Amino acid sequence: MTMRRLQSAAVALAFGVTTALGLAPGAAQAEKVLRIVPHADLKNLDPIWTTAYITRNHGYMVYDTLFAVDENLNVQPQMVGDWSVSDDGIVYTFTLRDGLMWHDGDPVTAADCVASIQRWGKRDGMGQKLIQFTKELVAVDDKTFTLTLNEPYGLVLASLGKISSNTPFMMKQEHAEVDAFEQVPAVVGSGPFKFVKDEWVPGSKIVYVKNEDYVPRSEPASAAAGGKVVKVDRVEWVYIPDPATTMNALVNGEVDLWETPAVDMVPLLENQEDIELAVIDPLGTQGWLRPNHLHFPFNHPSARKALLYAVNQEDYLRAIVGDPKLYRVCPAYFICGTPNESSVGVEALASVDHDKARALLKEAGYNGEKIILMQPTDIPVLNNASLVTAQVLRDIGMDVEVQAMDWSTLTSRRAEQKAPADGGWNIFHTYSTGADVTSPIANIGISGGGTESAWFGWPTDAKTEELRDMYAREADPAKQKAIIDELQGRLFDEVVPYVNYGQWFQPVAWRKELSGVLVSPVPFFWNIEKN
Amino acid sequence: MYAYVMRRIVATIPVMAVVGIFVFLLLHLTPGDPAAIIAGDYASPADIEKIRARLGLDQPVHVQFARWVSHLAQGDLGVSIFSNLPVSKLIGQRLEPTLALCVLTTILSIVIAVPLGVFAAWRAGTLVDRATMVFAVLGFSVPIFVIGYILMYVFAIELRWFPAQGYKPIGDGFFPFLRSIVLPSLALATLYTALIARISRASVLEVLTEDYIRTAQAKGLSSPVVLMRHALKNAAVPIVTIIGIGIALLIGGVVVTESVFNIPGLGRLTVDAILHRDYPVIQAIILVFSGVYVFINLIADLTYTLFDPRIRY
Repeated sequence: MTMRRLQSAAVALAFGVTTALGLAPGAAQAEKVLRIVPHADLKNLDPIWTTAYITRNHGYMVYDTLFAVDENLNVQPQMVGDWSVSDDGIVYTFTLRDGLMWHDGDPVTAADCVASIQRWGKRDGMGQKLIQFTKELVAVDDKTFTLTLNEPYGLVLASLGKISSNTPFMMKQEHAEVDAFEQVPAVVGSGPFKFVKDEWVPGSKIVYVKNEDYVPRSEPASAAAGGKVVKVDRVEWVYIPDPATTMNALVNGEVDLWETPAVDMVPLLENQEDIELAVIDPLGTQGWLRPNHLHFPFNHPSARKALLYAVNQEDYLRAIVGDPKLYRVCPAYFICGTPNESSVGVEALASVDHDKARALLKEAGYNGEKIILMQPTDIPVLNNASLVTAQVLRDIGMDVEVQAMDWSTLTSRRAEQKAPADGGWNIFHTYSTGADVTSPIANIGISGGGTESAWFGWPTDAKTEELRDMYAREADPAKQKAIIDELQGRLFDEVVPYVNYGQWFQPVAWRKELSGVLVSPVPFFWNIEKN
Repeated sequence: MYAYVMRRIVATIPVMAVVGIFVFLLLHLTPGDPAAIIAGDYASPADIEKIRARLGLDQPVHVQFARWVSHLAQGDLGVSIFSNLPVSKLIGQRLEPTLALCVLTTILSIVIAVPLGVFAAWRAGTLVDRATMVFAVLGFSVPIFVIGYILMYVFAIELRWFPAQGYKPIGDGFFPFLRSIVLPSLALATLYTALIARISRASVLEVLTEDYIRTAQAKGLSSPVVLMRHALKNAAVPIVTIIGIGIALLIGGVVVTESVFNIPGLGRLTVDAILHRDYPVIQAIILVFSGVYVFINLIADLTYTLFDPRIRY
């Protein structure tokens, strides 16, 4: 064997060994991979089937929407190129823009969009309202469809551009025709990323690759609107349930962005020079203390009003967030900092008066009966809020039994309409992202539809429903605001569907190699560059 | 011997059946509703009811049980309520990380603990012996997650020798695989090393007082020969027993370790499934774990014959 052959053999052997040991530079290293730690594990893939936020975020990766809101909450066309409305406000005509393709290569058609709107309209509250006002929804040709209303409806574009769950994502007709209470069998979207099903490990990793065929709009990206320009080859969602491990992974450069850093980790992250920490959701989150309107004592309006006088938002926010930079005392039902913010009727919640609360309880006929408060111990925010409420209720003279359980048990128990003594409940806590409560139609917590259609807790108030309908019909923003004022006054004075225990802002942490993180109530992963 | 093995295998059938019935009933009688979790926080009660009906969860428990058993009899573990993926696929995805973690932990534990225990017994009462016992007590007392975070801080954050979290399959290369599994295995091995070292020390110490050891020493055999060939072999049965129990106990230990080091193994799958009430996944995993438990016990029983010829089946 010559020296040259020996050298070749040695090189080949070295290459083989390094490859086998995983040391060889591969194509994967040339790829730009964005590694995200999402707020939850993606467990199911159909964003119409579930209202889970993680599935909504998955929806934005792979699907597209007809309209979308920008960072100023204005509705802008997204898949739609042109649209018009008849002078009487009854017939809307939408034309899809050029270049829209499904991930399997088929063109997006108007028939796909019609079927998608109909499926979404079976599940989402705003969708149901839109369908209720719709006389006809038909495809005119491959790219054009019309929506004909029974009567003028002010929220057509706001509904189609709804940013949060359930977002009206467009799906292929064959999937959109699947029963709205069953999952679609496959993920075929037309959005900026493609889902890689073979690499999906539920509970661990979700992989998306750039959709090379996606044609973004020419406008700059702004929240869900504008051009969805993807600047990385691949996005991996790495689900890490443990906050301390996630922080170490971020500091070590193993992941690039952490969607929801735990609040007690924030000071540590602030001291890391490689990490950027910012609030990208200007609407934040609103806390809800939900009384059960079906049973004593909170079936009495005075008892519910007593809760308003008892709650001090500052106490809750200190207990669940701590850092004043990350919260705001905000009594408004439709979120502070939005066009629907109102100050009508907020006095009871804005002032803390336990004497008044005790008097109201007496007026409601309360005489020391046991109150069952469900405490979800596995969700720190709700756990802390429950403990604050327990103390507050005791301070105003109520006999509170705090029942500890996990969130899964609570979600099952809260559906019980039985009396608290028979397995029902009196109070539980939850929260909602600001994007879901700014509109009285989207805000399911204020629905007064009782056991028929209201959310758990079942407030019943015909006037609330009438005002919500009036708001939906109205297209003039000034008149809508007047309705909001009247509605909020009604909610504080009579209904008290829930007690808002404050507004807080979840920071996002990312490594400084990233740029272009969008300001939005929903995290988006287009427009982000990794250097 | 073969008849014994067959008897033991056949005996697992009623055990597994009891486990299956117990787990099924326990899950379905425990509060919690997968339909409510699937629908999300903002779904209406009516929507949840419809999802429950679609999943067949509105049917009586005995009907659901019969359906599950009938699928199981055909080798079908079912489909995850949430991801719609076959449970067998979910378990298959998670098997490698858990297996790798368990194997490396077991190897590390045995390789460190047995010589340590033997040495401590041989030098009983000395500083080495006391240091071994201090380590054993610490190993028992310090929770795995604390050890995990300390290892992570020192070796991943400060020294940057290993990744802080995650798992690389062996298919991605042996070194990346090994780097991803070393810290979690070390964290988990601490407990089992302590356990095995303690038992090894006690067993060898007891054997060292036997007449045949004194005879071996009187014949002029060297200490290593006396220890390895005579003492350790005769002390092996309790050590093998504790290794068997330790491997079975690993099933519990991996849950914590996988969570701390973000290893996508069966432990994490179990916790997630329980939190979300994913009934088919929980039922299948518990059946698999029960099978593994029974199998390990069988292997431990059979291993006794290698060390003690008096044991016959």
